[in-house]
Amino acid sequence: MSGKKWDVSKMDEWTAEEFPRGATIPEAGNSADYVTGGWRSERPVRDESKCTQCLLCWIFCPDTSVRVEGEEVVGFDYDHCKGCGICAHECTFGAIEMVPEGCDLPEVK
Amino acid sequence: MAVEQKTVATTGNVLVAEAFRQCEPDVVAAYPITPQTTIVEEFAKFVAQGKVHTDYVTVESEHSALSACIGASAAGARVMTATSSQGLALMWEELHIASGMRLPIVMANANRALSAPINIHCDHSDIMGARDAGWIMYFAETAQEAYDNTLMALRVAEHPDVLLPALSALDGFITTHSIDRAEMFSDEDVAAFVGEYEPERALLDVANPVSHGTFAGLGGTFLEFKKAERNAMDSSMGVIKDVGAEFAELSGRPFDVIEGWGVEDADYVIVALGSTAGNARHVARELRSQGIKAGVLKIRIFRPFPFTEIAEALASAKAVAVLDRADSFGAEGGPLFLEIRSALFDAQKRPALVNYVYGLGGADVRLELMHQVFGDLADLADGVHEPGRLVYLGAR
Repeated sequence: MSGKKWDVSKMDEWTAEEFPRGATIPEAGNSADYVTGGWRSERPVRDESKCTQCLLCWIFCPDTSVRVEGEEVVGFDYDHCKGCGICAHECTFGAIEMVPEGCDLPEVK
Repeated sequence: MAVEQKTVATTGNVLVAEAFRQCEPDVVAAYPITPQTTIVEEFAKFVAQGKVHTDYVTVESEHSALSACIGASAAGARVMTATSSQGLALMWEELHIASGMRLPIVMANANRALSAPINIHCDHSDIMGARDAGWIMYFAETAQEAYDNTLMALRVAEHPDVLLPALSALDGFITTHSIDRAEMFSDEDVAAFVGEYEPERALLDVANPVSHGTFAGLGGTFLEFKKAERNAMDSSMGVIKDVGAEFAELSGRPFDVIEGWGVEDADYVIVALGSTAGNARHVARELRSQGIKAGVLKIRIFRPFPFTEIAEALASAKAVAVLDRADSFGAEGGPLFLEIRSALFDAQKRPALVNYVYGLGGADVRLELMHQVFGDLADLADGVHEPGRLVYLGAR
């Protein structure tokens, strides 16, 4: 990879011929740029007092949206968490609750 | 000046297999189906004998065959395959995926009827099902043309300004299985003509990572991708002509997207695709010797459709018969008729047109039928018949 970031900032202005041919994406690892948090109807909320730091939620999350620092769960990546609830389902200690999204939406880009 | 070539007496299918071998595809994934079978059979033999270094993938269906071809092409390989009839029908969804992903796969099709009733013989019902799928379409009249078209199709498909898949169609049994005289290039001349394929974005190019087969369902970009595909198909006409001119120089065999016989001053013209052009030309020659101005227009490229070339070629005719070896049930005529009538709509001067659906499921295309059509055209020009009719030629 050239190291130069694929510039899609003007994508809305691209003509048909400016898109990569055949809808290819000429860059790797850019799914992080695509904010999918807005798809969520319920968000996971963790109760620190019940959490044993077993990391099962981190293992099971299909969107790598359980944030871990220093081998400890510190929260969720709400920019990419789609609210599937797998973390809450897998948590053996009932430490994760799915809370309906409402007017108090956390800020999503 | 044309290069030295070897004269051979063999079938259309063997010549297509030879063309494949000479193009040295990296991958061929195919499933056998009558009357395409001898193409892949012959090619498998070349692989087994070490005459070509191709990864030959035997698959469980045509759906899998074209899927494997798509994956291989996205990986950056030169890919070729062949099918027919039900096989092409089973590939239907992949046809659109190959063109939408802009993968220059070349596929030979042995034109054959679609079931039901079951039938293994020639018509164009299968290939016409691919007409809206974004594939360039070459039609061969003879085994020679099947060989030539396959080589040209690869050059055109892989051209950086095109990058679309291409079909090289030959008539089932009539062209696939009849022994014909043809000229074959040396392997070196074909290698030089087709060159090396350098993919624009290959999955196996790990230094330049790329995703293929992406989602364009949000934000309205799908329309733009399809517009780019339409533009590529339209502009491929120039590339087809350029490659054809280069091929003609190399082979000594003239090439054009449409090929007329006596059309310039003809009163009555038959338009046909594939092997039937020969039958029509034979009768046109007879009629010419009797002073009747008959002509034949053969369409060699069906996609992109040569609208302007056809409108010009037919401008001075009095009456024209379009021969369709497939029907488009419920439409005003067969697929070729619809295109030709559309091509003539904006023309200043246009002939009376009549449509014949003929030869379905290998129904004999006898010379008497060609006489009947030319006779009808004279009546049409004299106002005996109404124009625009659809006739099932030779049907009881």
